[in-house]
Amino acid sequence: MAESTATEDVEAFRLRARAWLAENMPRLAEGVDNHQIMVEDEYAVRARQLQRTLFDGGFAGICFPVEYGGLGLSRAHQQAFTQESIPYEMPVVFNTPTLSILAPTLMDFGTEEQKRRHIPAMLKGEELWVQFLSEPSGGSDLAGLVTRATRDGDVFILNGSKIWSSGAFRADYALCLARTNWHAPKHRGITCFILKIHQPGIEVQQIKMVNGWNEFCQEFFDDVAVPVEDVVGEIDDGWTVASRLLIHERNAVGGASPYTSGMAGGSVGRGIGAHLAGVARDLGRQDDPRVRQLVAECRVLDRVGQQLVERVTTGISSGHFPAPAGSLPRLFAATSGERNFDIGLEVIGAHAAGWTEGERAGELARAFLMRQGGSLGGGSNEMQRNIISERVLGMPREFAADKDRPFDEVLHNAAPSRPGGAGG
Amino acid sequence: MARVGRGGTAATGEEAAVDLQRSEDQELLRETTRKFLDTTCPVATVREWADKEPDGYPAEWWRRGAELGWTSLLVAEEDGGGSVSGHGLLDLVLVAEELGRTVAPGPLVPTNVVAAALSASGNEAHKAEVLAPILAGESVAAWCLAEPGGRWSAEGVAATARPAGGGYVLDGVKSPVEAAAAADHLLVVARVDGALTQFLVPRHAPGVHVTPLDSIDLVRRVATVELDSVAVDASAVVGEVGGAADDIERQLQLAVAVQCAHMVGAVDAMFSVTLEYSFDRYTFGRPLASYQALKHRFADMKLWLEACHATAFGAARAVDGGSDRAAEYVSVAKSYIGDKAPAMLSDCVQLHGGIGVTWDHDLHLYIRRVVLERSLMGTPEDHRERIAVRLGM
Repeated sequence: MAESTATEDVEAFRLRARAWLAENMPRLAEGVDNHQIMVEDEYAVRARQLQRTLFDGGFAGICFPVEYGGLGLSRAHQQAFTQESIPYEMPVVFNTPTLSILAPTLMDFGTEEQKRRHIPAMLKGEELWVQFLSEPSGGSDLAGLVTRATRDGDVFILNGSKIWSSGAFRADYALCLARTNWHAPKHRGITCFILKIHQPGIEVQQIKMVNGWNEFCQEFFDDVAVPVEDVVGEIDDGWTVASRLLIHERNAVGGASPYTSGMAGGSVGRGIGAHLAGVARDLGRQDDPRVRQLVAECRVLDRVGQQLVERVTTGISSGHFPAPAGSLPRLFAATSGERNFDIGLEVIGAHAAGWTEGERAGELARAFLMRQGGSLGGGSNEMQRNIISERVLGMPREFAADKDRPFDEVLHNAAPSRPGGAGG
Repeated sequence: MARVGRGGTAATGEEAAVDLQRSEDQELLRETTRKFLDTTCPVATVREWADKEPDGYPAEWWRRGAELGWTSLLVAEEDGGGSVSGHGLLDLVLVAEELGRTVAPGPLVPTNVVAAALSASGNEAHKAEVLAPILAGESVAAWCLAEPGGRWSAEGVAATARPAGGGYVLDGVKSPVEAAAAADHLLVVARVDGALTQFLVPRHAPGVHVTPLDSIDLVRRVATVELDSVAVDASAVVGEVGGAADDIERQLQLAVAVQCAHMVGAVDAMFSVTLEYSFDRYTFGRPLASYQALKHRFADMKLWLEACHATAFGAARAVDGGSDRAAEYVSVAKSYIGDKAPAMLSDCVQLHGGIGVTWDHDLHLYIRRVVLERSLMGTPEDHRERIAVRLGM
């Protein structure tokens, strides 16, 4: 389907995409963006259909190789398509992590068989993927994972638990890290597996967050059999795969991935400052000099955050900054996010105690409950500060008690027991 | 303990996406400015000039700086100016950042603002008699905008210019005015029948009284300018009578963009010094740099420093390109940097320990400088108010 377009120039491609989108994709309602649609329950089913529509129309996987179902076109083609797609509903749930993180990791380390089996299926909307990385026994210390994979002939038997996987309940496959060698130092005894999520021995639980969200999941593995041919990369060398995966993740989060299509939140992006200005007007507080200062401060943080992302992403690609400088925008977003939540509370004043249903003040009050979310997810602020001081500024590394020691001699937390069991 | 050094990279693209992508000509401007500053006014020299030089610098030094382009980057080529990259403000902020690194003296903001104003809106006589010597570094000019208690905005201007005998008579008080005592000419903002107008007034005209203030900075001088029935010709008007509001806004944007780059240069220099110190200073048998409590403070400072660089450049690029967002972006930058720069230098003092609050340590010269810049051309609070207005509040 893609060969005929392989040499099409960007502007011709753009015009063809524009006409095709108008004909085939549902137009978004005024003021709605793909981000808002994502939280609707029937969304995943709809997103699979839309991804299939993109594939059948010859517009899926713009930068993916032709042999895996993509178009083999350039980054410029991808960006042109995304720009054209902003007014339309797009299956953006496939972007991250499926297409921007896990597909490129498979392309880097998967066998030919693995790539041909899964990448076209992703592009057709048949396979939604998630990451099984973090474990309940340790958040920041990813390589200290204790999920166990024991070889038994042609299979590995998995036992343990993973956590903080977004949307695992609706996904099909995961890339999962598990420990295969307990006598090696922690980074050298891990293996990466392709794992079918809905199968006997795997239980997926949605986690209810303080603000009512339930996207995050925890999974429990009870003697799950994984065929040896589902190992990605070398046995015991899963950390190499994970490190590359994390680079793809950084690109995806920073907006630098060539493998996405469409943009979540593309039509809004007005920022918290503009939103708070509206709330202050709703509440008749727009003339209070203190409120004016606070709302403007949010606007300042919005803008400086955008400018910092631009500086750091450009600086990393030009070599001015080392790759770990990606922690700078992350820490900025987290710390300014905390400040924004605080300011939100100040702006709404007594409305944080109680509000009329539908009032925007209520959203801000409830949002405060997740104030620390951004400072924890994807590496806590404290980890980011370690990374910046050690790997950007070159300051001495923290003492590590597990360095170069066999993992079975290192003190670590036990794997959690099954739901309903003791502890957890 | 290999550290990641600063490695400037030359521009290859058509437009600089960030200030990390500079053209070769811009790098040359930066390098010649840095070399000139390193040889002619290291911080020790700045300290000497603080006591010795009435204006904070020798006149000959400023003239040599002007030869490097310090005064002409915002001026059109036909008026004797010229940029090195085609983006004069993006060149000038490189110079400003370098001057910040060594807390160099000199009326960089006022001369450039007045030069830009005269090039854009001055008449032939202004350009020939006033602008040309400014460009040559032989003459200095000051911009008189704020008034006591004012907010560096048009609303704060109460000074008046009354039409009389074919010219105008100016009355009012302007303060603080940078470089007023060193200046040969003052660009004065006043109201003609309530409408904003700019006048070019000789510093020594009858009725102009300049009273130096005690300045927080050791080498940058500020003063109060009183205009007591100062008579000027009609030809003293720069731009349209009653139509100066847009020019004033543009000049304020230029001034703030330069200030922001200057503050970033100052903070960047002291951050490097403090980081270095953390590797060299030992306590309990370990370098300071090995303590996690301190590493995390350095990480935060690095974050703020890079954010300051990013927003300073964002402001300069928006103003240079005449973007719709220029007014917002300069206020964003001034608000952020104006708050962060003094706070970060205070952190540098804390990380140095007691030596940081001594006269002999250079840190206080940098704190003085950023407090000066924070306070001139609108405080962070003033600029947040400008942002609130732009948000429709």
